[in-house]
Amino acid sequence: MAEKNWMRDREGLGLWEHRGKVAVVGWGQSHIDRRWDGVTLDRSCGGLTKEACLKAIADAGLSLDDIDGLITSEETRAEQTWAPRPYFAAPYDTEDGLTKTSAEWIQRELGLKNAKYLKSDAPYIGPMMGLAAQAVGDGLCKTALVWYPMVNLAGRYGHNNPQNNRQEAPGPNAFTLPWGYQSGAMFNNLVVFLQYCKKYGKSHEGLAPLCLNLRRNGLKTPWSYYALHEPHQLTREEYLNGRVIEEPLVVHDCDRPVNTCAAFIFTTAERARHLRQKPIYVLNHCQNNNRGRSSMATLEEHQAACASIARKMWEGSGLGAKDVDIFNPYDGYLTFTQQFLEGFQWHGVKWGEAHDFYADDIRVEGPHPFLSSGGNNGTGRTRSCLFSDSLEQLRGTAGARQVTVRAETAVAGCNTPDSCGFMMLSKHAS
Amino acid sequence: MSTIPGLERPAPVPNDLTKPFWSACNERRLVLQNCTACQRLHYPPAQKCGKCGSADKFVWKEVKGSGHIDVYFVIRDSRIRGFRSAQPINFAVITLDEDPGINFLSNLPGTPPGEVPVGAPVELIFEQTSTGQLLPEWRVVT
Repeated sequence: MAEKNWMRDREGLGLWEHRGKVAVVGWGQSHIDRRWDGVTLDRSCGGLTKEACLKAIADAGLSLDDIDGLITSEETRAEQTWAPRPYFAAPYDTEDGLTKTSAEWIQRELGLKNAKYLKSDAPYIGPMMGLAAQAVGDGLCKTALVWYPMVNLAGRYGHNNPQNNRQEAPGPNAFTLPWGYQSGAMFNNLVVFLQYCKKYGKSHEGLAPLCLNLRRNGLKTPWSYYALHEPHQLTREEYLNGRVIEEPLVVHDCDRPVNTCAAFIFTTAERARHLRQKPIYVLNHCQNNNRGRSSMATLEEHQAACASIARKMWEGSGLGAKDVDIFNPYDGYLTFTQQFLEGFQWHGVKWGEAHDFYADDIRVEGPHPFLSSGGNNGTGRTRSCLFSDSLEQLRGTAGARQVTVRAETAVAGCNTPDSCGFMMLSKHAS
Repeated sequence: MSTIPGLERPAPVPNDLTKPFWSACNERRLVLQNCTACQRLHYPPAQKCGKCGSADKFVWKEVKGSGHIDVYFVIRDSRIRGFRSAQPINFAVITLDEDPGINFLSNLPGTPPGEVPVGAPVELIFEQTSTGQLLPEWRVVT
């Protein structure tokens, strides 16, 4: 079957045609390190991907021969910080396997002889998860192995990126780099955050309760970077006195680049009913692909984008904000997370109210367990934690993070308000 | 060169789409694309109108160089080489008075880092980069 335009990035598309007919039945998380040491091959991108994929397949109770779809993204954030480099013996003799892991590479290395649908150029994880659900729903494959590696190599993050070291700024960069603009996620969202503070009378301190709670949840996640490597609960004073990156943004507002991989198994609802895990059904997926009108997108534009992604989610799933028990939007920079919270109006939070909500009880034991995953701020920048926690919460296997409120439906997604993909998961197919 | 001590801006490289903008800068003029179908200004330059979708209705229109400071922050730990020797340095968003939906980036030459009068009027100036290409900058009106 030919691949169609799979994105649900417009309003008015109606109920998702595969609502409840696709399920997530497996998840695997590899080891997590701060960086790859450049030597240990089973901790390279390929090595970690193999580990995550095998765990996901085992979690689902499937065999290698059951996999007929392979989906991944090249957006591993490795940047060009290491090349040119010495390569190793096959299969680690190219970038494929070291800083990314293509569908062809994993098919070969795991011997997935029945994989027929191979897609290595999916977008980042938010829309990639939607693509996977759509591919299974459309019949492009029946059981898809889907993985998302995050790569972090030696050197200060971003400092060795050629873009940041050139004396010239070609293309669209000509309108950004000469003024010191580095990335949309960091700079534009900080601009929007400042506009938000100006409009609603808020300040950077309002993010502290969120940051501290994310670290708390991250420490309750056994595989997380912080649980494994820096098991320390951040204090308010440490947060506020963190190293300033772009004043008022401090280092603790930024998710920490890590080296890891997560994998998921998507299959048909019918197949899912006979597998090891309780099926977690996909009720909808949707995307935003917007950009602001001018140099910097504005608060109004981001709020409109978040309201739109929420409307698309409600329209495609047939559910509403009050039906969502678990909410895991991206927190890569804490400056934009509030836009999602307010756009989706989770737990009734309206424009300008997020900081007050953060200051209330957002613990997993409490009534408003926002970002029960610990997010990327609390676990390290996996991005996948938003989805794996949603899965665990609905399965009832989140351990110390298990929420005490109802956990039947979850919404997770990333990246930023103007460019993101979200998915609704449920214990129930309808 | 920039009037901000230590700053070595990456120099803009014009292409087919953006050449009229950068050429005008070298004449110390600020020109923006204007869609004659819907009278909408565009910046940065675009291939088609973001409002009506027209791709062949653009004309370059000179605008007045006056604006206001919307928000700002201070870059303290830049990833960009030419800024590391200049930090701390202001990073401000300037709205164009003729159309506040259009905004520009600015390091606000002449304004000490962190001492930015948010909401204040600014005027257009031009700064030279290493290739000789001029780029638009903004200075607080005193």
